[in-house]
Amino acid sequence: MQVTVKVNGEEYTGEIEPRLLLVHFLRDELGLTGTHWGCDTSNCGVCVVQVDGTPVKSCTMLAAMASGHEVLTVEGLEQNGELDPIQQGFMTEHGLQCGFCTPGMMLTARWLLDANPNPSDAEIREAISGNLCRCTGYENIVRAIHWAADHPRVAEPEEVAAS
Amino acid sequence: MQVPAQFEYERASSVDDAIALLERHGEEARLIAGGHSLLPLMKLRLASPEVLVDINDLTDLQRIWVESDQLRIGAMVRHADLLASAVVGEHYRILHDAERVIADPVVRNRGTIGGSLCHADPAEDLSAALAAIRAEVVIKSSSGERVVPVRELCIGPFETVVGPAEIVTEVRLPIRPGTGSAYSKVERRAGDYAVAAAGAVVTLDGDMISEVGLGLAAVGAPRFVASRAEDAVRGRRADDEALGMAAQIAADECEPPTDQRGPSDYKRALAGELVKRALRTAIARCRGEEA
Repeated sequence: MQVTVKVNGEEYTGEIEPRLLLVHFLRDELGLTGTHWGCDTSNCGVCVVQVDGTPVKSCTMLAAMASGHEVLTVEGLEQNGELDPIQQGFMTEHGLQCGFCTPGMMLTARWLLDANPNPSDAEIREAISGNLCRCTGYENIVRAIHWAADHPRVAEPEEVAAS
Repeated sequence: MQVPAQFEYERASSVDDAIALLERHGEEARLIAGGHSLLPLMKLRLASPEVLVDINDLTDLQRIWVESDQLRIGAMVRHADLLASAVVGEHYRILHDAERVIADPVVRNRGTIGGSLCHADPAEDLSAALAAIRAEVVIKSSSGERVVPVRELCIGPFETVVGPAEIVTEVRLPIRPGTGSAYSKVERRAGDYAVAAAGAVVTLDGDMISEVGLGLAAVGAPRFVASRAEDAVRGRRADDEALGMAAQIAADECEPPTDQRGPSDYKRALAGELVKRALRTAIARCRGEEA
């Protein structure tokens, strides 16, 4: 079947099997391996991407279901060559050790901050409760998300004009 | 790598279209909503539908509204939307209690109310909460619609009365003044299925329990209900004695399975305790005491 999915602002059209999961579509068909593939049972959250601005576990969604929708992966977080504050926060606060959970963590955190620019510790921990870190580096992950909350991206003048 | 067996994919554009697709493809077709119960089963090859009918475009099933003394919830309302809904919290705190402990926020962004009910997992929290509420389910087919009490929806584990060419479109919850509700669950870790869980909906007339609904999840209660416990405390004073009685009878009438979440006798004791806690909170909320 044919699908057309907008990924990180770019439209992809391709022929896929209906049973292809979104995570494998992103990794194997588009080569976007920043989205990781972990437990395969919607527990661990390393495969989290945003679909129409909402984080979902891409191992539990068919690529076919994403057709006609917009997907944001970790590769799309940076804008105009500049890292998203959430990425800068993970660097600054050492929010990763092995890095396997990091893309999913960041896409969930980006969604949290879009809805709640100043979350408490408890709100952050609740938001990322579907993203597991096997290094158990949660302290620094929470700090990284706080860092991003404290350093929001400054809207560029042309973006303001465009909107 | 877990890969579902091959199937055909169809996308429905309306409720009627979904029903027509189900009729055309016959018994081996399945609706897919959030997919967070069906896809894992398909990946394990425990389910192998030949056709999937995607109903995620049916946005008219995503509404939550109040009509003729009923709170009405569209079948495609996501768990996250139910948790975020102020009108749901105003009438049924039990649903917010339950939603807070169903899976995790990312899973709740996809999973739907109708999907949860139709999946009929014996450990499913919403089935127990909606059974306690005595909600009704609207089921549509090409020959019209029927309204079925949630308590009669599930006829066994993973089995409901919804026919092969039918679709659940809506859940209707009675709005009763003077009612309080609560849900209490014990899980091994955040986001897990319940070891045991209990929901209580209480209507008080002064100090007396005039109506009560008790739902149980994961402990083998027939149709998610502790009906003998309900009968025992209806018409009694809302005091510790009634709570203790409800707990004991509910524990007696469930049949918890022994599994990796614990032995049967532990779960039975837990079910009783959770009935007591849910009832206590529901009564306090009914009286306007914060709990």
